[in-house]
Amino acid sequence: MRTEVAAPQFEPPYLHPDYRATVLRAPGQRLVRLPEEWFHRTAGPAFGRIPVSPSDADLTRQHQGEPLGERIFVSGRIIDSDGRPVRATLVEVWQANAAGRYVDPVDQHPAPLDPNFTGAGRCLTDAHGEFRFVTVKPGAYPWRNHENGWRPAHIHFSVFGPQLDSRLVTQMYFPGDPLIPLDPILRSVGDRGRDLLVARFDLETTRPEWALGYRWDIVLRGRAATPREV
Amino acid sequence: MPDQRAPTPSQTVGPFFGFALPFAGDADANASAPLRIQGQVFDGAGAVVPDAILELWHSDAFVRCATDPVGRYRVTLPRPRATAGPDGSRQAPHLEVSVFARGLLRHLETRIYLPDEEAANAADPMLALVDPARRDTLVARREGAALRFDIRLQGVSETVFFAL
Repeated sequence: MRTEVAAPQFEPPYLHPDYRATVLRAPGQRLVRLPEEWFHRTAGPAFGRIPVSPSDADLTRQHQGEPLGERIFVSGRIIDSDGRPVRATLVEVWQANAAGRYVDPVDQHPAPLDPNFTGAGRCLTDAHGEFRFVTVKPGAYPWRNHENGWRPAHIHFSVFGPQLDSRLVTQMYFPGDPLIPLDPILRSVGDRGRDLLVARFDLETTRPEWALGYRWDIVLRGRAATPREV
Repeated sequence: MPDQRAPTPSQTVGPFFGFALPFAGDADANASAPLRIQGQVFDGAGAVVPDAILELWHSDAFVRCATDPVGRYRVTLPRPRATAGPDGSRQAPHLEVSVFARGLLRHLETRIYLPDEEAANAADPMLALVDPARRDTLVARREGAALRFDIRLQGVSETVFFAL
């Protein structure tokens, strides 16, 4: 038998009234807990039908010209709760352009679209659990959640991992952003949760005379590999 | 310094995933005898949820489907098989369903059981953990040649969701 040490958790509640959209969408009933081994640790979705090619990781090379904005590298390691790398798992990212505008037609913010930037990328983690994207730093944008509300700059991440438990959709934020303490979505995870969602500037992955590097590691629930009984 | 092993917290998928998460053929897994499942997603006021994205899967298939302007989704995938459950039991054939949407800070997880598997459903060890009065929210119903499975996020007939 393994000894299980529960890691501290900073998951957001479903109901967080400062983020108004939760009020009618958060379940009102208690969630039903199923046995770990037969639910949380069952295999997660096989994402193999989602196409991914190596060029999908460079969001600055998807059009004829280069997008406007501050070119950045966003890289990090995906590990499980035991600290083991999560290999060959799918990472999907999407974001606003440097002006704070999404390509998505739902976005009505009157900031310019960039004909050279879509803002969506994919990659698989390597043998060390590493992912790496080239992109431009997204801009902040307004939303109507509350008076004069602005979302801090962020990149959306979707990560699969090996089991049902490990599926994660989240957002990565940038250090030093003055909007961070004001954002109801980010505040839903508390101060310690917030620290886990803010990338750090990294001189090592910054390439001279080319682009700044940001590092952000992701910890998935569950285990990358089921330990064998000895 | 935060605990390095604390799981990275979830944040909402937001409203602007439509240009990024859908992919060609996402809602239809190849299958010779496909199971067609359709339904709508509703919020606590009974309004449709036009900006949700669902993932449905079992051991042989994975599909993803964003809801349309009236909250509808429609997927096809192979029929699931019975799987092992605790203590030598069998779990009735079912699909896992993950629900992502604006306003969901973390995704919701539910299951779809099949209406023509009455005996297997009655013996299912997981359904047995659910309040009998709410179990029917987990069982699809027939609608023509398809199955219908609506998802009610909150309120009357709220769908049973499982703790992640």
